Amino acid sequence: MIATAVETTTVGTPWINISIFGAFVAVTLIVVLRASRNNKTAADYYAAGRSFTGPQNGTAIAGDYLSAASFLGICGAIAINGYDGFLYSIGFLVAWLVALLLVAELMRNTGKFTMADVLSFRLAQRPVRVAAATTTLVVCFFYLLAQMAGAGGLVSLLLGINDRVGQSVVVAVVGALMIIYVLIGGMKGTTWVQIIKAALLIAGAFIMTVWVLAINGFNLSTLLGAAAETGGEAVLSPGLQYGLTDLSRLDFVSLALALVLGTAGLPHVLMRFYTVPTAREARRSVVWAIWLIGLFYLFTLVLGYGAGSLIGKEKILAAPGAVNSAAPLLAFELGGPVLLGVISAVAFATILAVVAGLTITAATSFAHDIYASVVKKGKPEPGKEIKVARITVVIIGIFAILGGIGVQGQNVAFLVALAFAVAASANLPTILYSLFWRRFTTRGALWSMYGGLGSAIILIAFSPVVSGAETSMIQGVDFHWFPLSNPGIISIPLGFLLGWLGTVTSRTLENPAIASEMDVRSLTGHGAEGATEH
Amino acid sequence: MSNDAHETGSTTDFEATERSESFQKLKRRHRGFVFPLAAAFLLWYFAYVLLADYAHEFMSTKVIGNINVGLLLGLGQFVTTFAITTWYVSYANRKLDPIAAQIRTDLEKTEAGR
Repeated sequence: MIATAVETTTVGTPWINISIFGAFVAVTLIVVLRASRNNKTAADYYAAGRSFTGPQNGTAIAGDYLSAASFLGICGAIAINGYDGFLYSIGFLVAWLVALLLVAELMRNTGKFTMADVLSFRLAQRPVRVAAATTTLVVCFFYLLAQMAGAGGLVSLLLGINDRVGQSVVVAVVGALMIIYVLIGGMKGTTWVQIIKAALLIAGAFIMTVWVLAINGFNLSTLLGAAAETGGEAVLSPGLQYGLTDLSRLDFVSLALALVLGTAGLPHVLMRFYTVPTAREARRSVVWAIWLIGLFYLFTLVLGYGAGSLIGKEKILAAPGAVNSAAPLLAFELGGPVLLGVISAVAFATILAVVAGLTITAATSFAHDIYASVVKKGKPEPGKEIKVARITVVIIGIFAILGGIGVQGQNVAFLVALAFAVAASANLPTILYSLFWRRFTTRGALWSMYGGLGSAIILIAFSPVVSGAETSMIQGVDFHWFPLSNPGIISIPLGFLLGWLGTVTSRTLENPAIASEMDVRSLTGHGAEGATEH
Repeated sequence: MSNDAHETGSTTDFEATERSESFQKLKRRHRGFVFPLAAAFLLWYFAYVLLADYAHEFMSTKVIGNINVGLLLGLGQFVTTFAITTWYVSYANRKLDPIAAQIRTDLEKTEAGR
């Protein structure tokens, strides 16, 4: 069955996949329309009126965070590379402790809508806001492009559309849907899409996990044995992907740094903390997110080894979408076309929800930080700021569609890792310094943000992912001199170092009264904006 | 529409609040808890990463059936993450929130009384 499916380069029945996805779109559109009735103020549009509860927001965070890369990508990585795929998910999970312990509550107490609100609280407003908005837009852009590229690959696998034009049309439809959600629903609508998607994704993964475990007599050791029988004993131990050379080992250390330190600096994650009324709810959000994300990654461990044993490496790699096809192929093997339809719809929903979250974050940052605070010096005409945000949503949406069509067939898998590396190098140092180091200055913030951002991008531009290797983005030329594919091991320490250096060399000190204010507010929540009343 | 308290000219004396004994206690308790814990989980995570990266033989030692040291340590990362989360929440609820709420109420009273 699978063999014939692979030959026709599609699995399952496209119309089932499309109708289930259509049902998801219909349901979420109704929810978004209902949720958008109260979108009046900036706090409504950007922060959903701060009216979500911790559990709701935690589920939405899981929906935002568990992108197609973590669902399809990690299942596939475990199916193909065994243990090394599992290493990824551990980094993605442990990273949440940084957010929980050091960032979430203090950010919620100090800021209003964006990361820049916190970073510019006691430093020079305009330059710091511009820098923070720049890093926010860059991270969102890389992440967005990775998601849209993933959409193209999924289309060919799940809908049987293999020609470029057909795929481009589907990417455009996904992008247009996303624009509608964000335009109408704002943060409230986006949040509901993410909550529904997270519930579907986790439920779907749970069913498949129980199924795979049932096949193996609910014995993890039996499952591992089955995976080792098909994929070789090596899948049970680390080393298949990263253990090949000294360089690849170092590359993994570099990646691990970016994964664990990047999450707490991802702007679309940080922005979610403003959708709850208090720091206590922000804390509950992270707790819910950690449990949901952790459970989900445990499911992917079973699913990955399940796909490895039931489908096998060769068939997965031969299918369209290669590594990403492990989870859909497993769904087809277990539950036939209907389960495949559900999982495909979930995969599309995943892309839609993550892209929506990124777009509203980027639009908020542009409208609130650049337009309202810098261009209009904090005094935009009434209602104009949200208008700018909505226009930005459309522009980013069109940009995402064009980018998604443009990168088709390109190897852009590195973009998610790069987004994490930029977040860890450019955002996290400044966030931690502003929250915990009184003496931190504007110069430190600017050096750290631009230095972290610049070094991460320069290193990746001259790395083997861009040129000089078989899998490079640009073929036929070789201008690489940085040996690793992950810049984190250099750019993250550099971001921290520059923040320190810029601060200690500053001759002007920042206002100590505002530092005290930030200190008191961040820990007590005094003056933090609560839920809006309707 | 200004977004910054310090631009709206807040007259509250935050420096006095910051010097107050209860705030210093809150700050000490918060940092005294989160800093060591953050250092500990990062060390444990990187120890695990380095083992997975450089000690393949050790990690592939079988423990029960096909379950090896690597898998147990990896699942251990999940367990410690869940445990630290639960521990922090209970600590914050018991030791941090009451002081923070007290300081906030006092500040609001002073501001309302002006």
